[in-house]
Amino acid sequence: MQPIRKIASKTVVMPSANIDTDQIIPARFLTITTKDGLGRELFADWRYLSDGLPNPDFILNKPEAAGCRILVAGRNVGCGSSREHAPWALLDYGFRAVVSTEIADIFRSNSLKNGLLPVVVDAATHQWLIEHPGAQIDIDLERMRLTLPTGVSAAFPMEAFARHCLLNGLDELGYLRSRLQDIEHYEAAHSV
Amino acid sequence: MIESMSLRTLFDKVWTAHEVVAETPDTPAVLYVDLHLTHEVTSPQAFTALRAAGLPVRRKDRTLATLDHSTPTVTEQVFGGVPIKVDAAARQVHELEKNAVEFGIELLGMRDARRGIVHVISPELGATQPGMTIVCGDSHTSTHGAFGALAFGIGSTEVGHVFATQCLLQRKPKTFAVNVEGRLPHGVTAKDLILAIIGRIGVSGGTGHVLEYRGSAIAALSMEQRMTVCNMSIEAGARAGMIAPDEATFAYLHERPRSPKGKHWDAAVERWTALRSDPGAAFDLSVDIDASRLEPMITYGTNPGMVLPISASIPRKSDNAAFDKALAYMGFQAGDSMLGKPINVAFIGSCTNGRLEDLQSAARILKGRKVAAGVHLLIVPGSQQVKREAEALGLADIFKAAGADWRESGCSMCIGMNGDLVPGGQYSVSTSNRNFEGRQGAGARTLLASPFTAAASAVTGRITDPRDMLAA
Ligand code: SF4
Repeated sequence: MQPIRKIASKTVVMPSANIDTDQIIPARFLTITTKDGLGRELFADWRYLSDGLPNPDFILNKPEAAGCRILVAGRNVGCGSSREHAPWALLDYGFRAVVSTEIADIFRSNSLKNGLLPVVVDAATHQWLIEHPGAQIDIDLERMRLTLPTGVSAAFPMEAFARHCLLNGLDELGYLRSRLQDIEHYEAAHSV
Repeated sequence: MIESMSLRTLFDKVWTAHEVVAETPDTPAVLYVDLHLTHEVTSPQAFTALRAAGLPVRRKDRTLATLDHSTPTVTEQVFGGVPIKVDAAARQVHELEKNAVEFGIELLGMRDARRGIVHVISPELGATQPGMTIVCGDSHTSTHGAFGALAFGIGSTEVGHVFATQCLLQRKPKTFAVNVEGRLPHGVTAKDLILAIIGRIGVSGGTGHVLEYRGSAIAALSMEQRMTVCNMSIEAGARAGMIAPDEATFAYLHERPRSPKGKHWDAAVERWTALRSDPGAAFDLSVDIDASRLEPMITYGTNPGMVLPISASIPRKSDNAAFDKALAYMGFQAGDSMLGKPINVAFIGSCTNGRLEDLQSAARILKGRKVAAGVHLLIVPGSQQVKREAEALGLADIFKAAGADWRESGCSMCIGMNGDLVPGGQYSVSTSNRNFEGRQGAGARTLLASPFTAAASAVTGRITDPRDMLAA
């Protein structure tokens, strides 16, 4: 994985609360056996009309969304199904961070493993972002701060180990495998 | 004070027993996994990662695979003669068949008599046991918590981690006591209880927490009902849900194919008996629910927290765009009463309500009655074993006589990856667990409810309080 330090981009805002992973990538697209190409189906049921043409009212189909790498979503984004296809689809489309006041557990974990930053901010910062779609913001993983174009910046939490892996482009499996001896000891001690 | 610090919850006990390496401020815990369940949808990319790294599945004996999500429920497609209708689904099925052979893991495959929804078959086989850690690339892994296991869903990358190391990197979640006292009234089921709990704490109320369901109402539930409750813990955002094992748990597991036998059984029961929260152990959060005041519940919106007692009307909420959007999707108005709304489909099945007791509940309503004209009632057993039992008990005959569609086991219309779909715009009363937009098919409108309510509504063609039919 590539190291990640900073993301600077304009935002796309989807203010609804509880955007679940079935919306991010509907189940009928989960029959793939690779991770590639899911960006085309990202938010498929909101993005395309029943005849397959783009829905002009949906934010990702508007010209101002082009090139945006930060998605600001309502509370509890990523709830529901554990499908890792959700962060795969967001990344394949071009997003690099998801910002909300609350991010569902499994989606957050899956995002971290793929280099999609789950950024949880305070309610006031979130409200500002919702009210200013398209704002150019900075996310600094090293300092764990999100900075608004007003110059105001807000701290966000990030689990220490995941942050270390992201900053250094490390894969968590490498660390787990470095503990194989501990795992063998555990198995011997517990006769498992 | 010192005394109370040594008091531990059920979750603490299971967690600590599986810490290979405890967490530090810089590193998460390395947590040992006793049982890794796998299915065709979330495993292909994990096998690819293993292959790329040249790694084997480290503990094949702790890995169990089945086919459930993409599998058709039409008999001819399962048992041959007719190819699987959905091409991509067929490819995914064949991919797991190939991977199981290549990596040497046990697959309860397409024509295996033990096949079924992963969360139905593992308990059925006695593979799910108290005190275990159980994971699966599937959020409803929380189901197995009904046995006092710590069971949770993981993503495909983590599936790869467990394949390679039998461990996961995890931060310790917090605890949340859900105290349920009193008796569930007649006609009110475990499904209604968990929907009421989600309505109360909200779809993110459990985020970062492991729920423990406790109290007299929980103790009174059968194992199948406890599985229904734990199954939907994830719909409250929780990492997992647990219930302390007791005599009902032991009776369920006794003599199952993979339960301990003989003197191992006695030793296991002794160990399992200690798996309960110490009296006075502290939880980070708690909620109290009075079971005796509950009614049958039904959802009206597009997440499981948008739920009402069946006799209630849809609330009015001003200035809430998500709420308005959900009602628009459902084609409902604030103030509408739920009873009497017309439906097109009823679906009885899934890992929430696809077990034998659920089918027995449906049969109590359907016996001697007919499905309303124009309504499609699809009944899908959670496993092939449930199917055989339902047929032996005559339930399948009751369903067919009522005009219901009776199928082979699988996830079916819960997720709509396998050819079973609710047509766009249609209303389905479903016993599954998610009423998200498009969950049962693009444009499908899902109303989550119990098997009683789904069956009763199928008979009248309208949302119906099942208590009227149970009394008769
Ligand atoms: S029945 Fe539905 S919720 Fe359960 S495992 Fe299958 S798809 Fe998931």
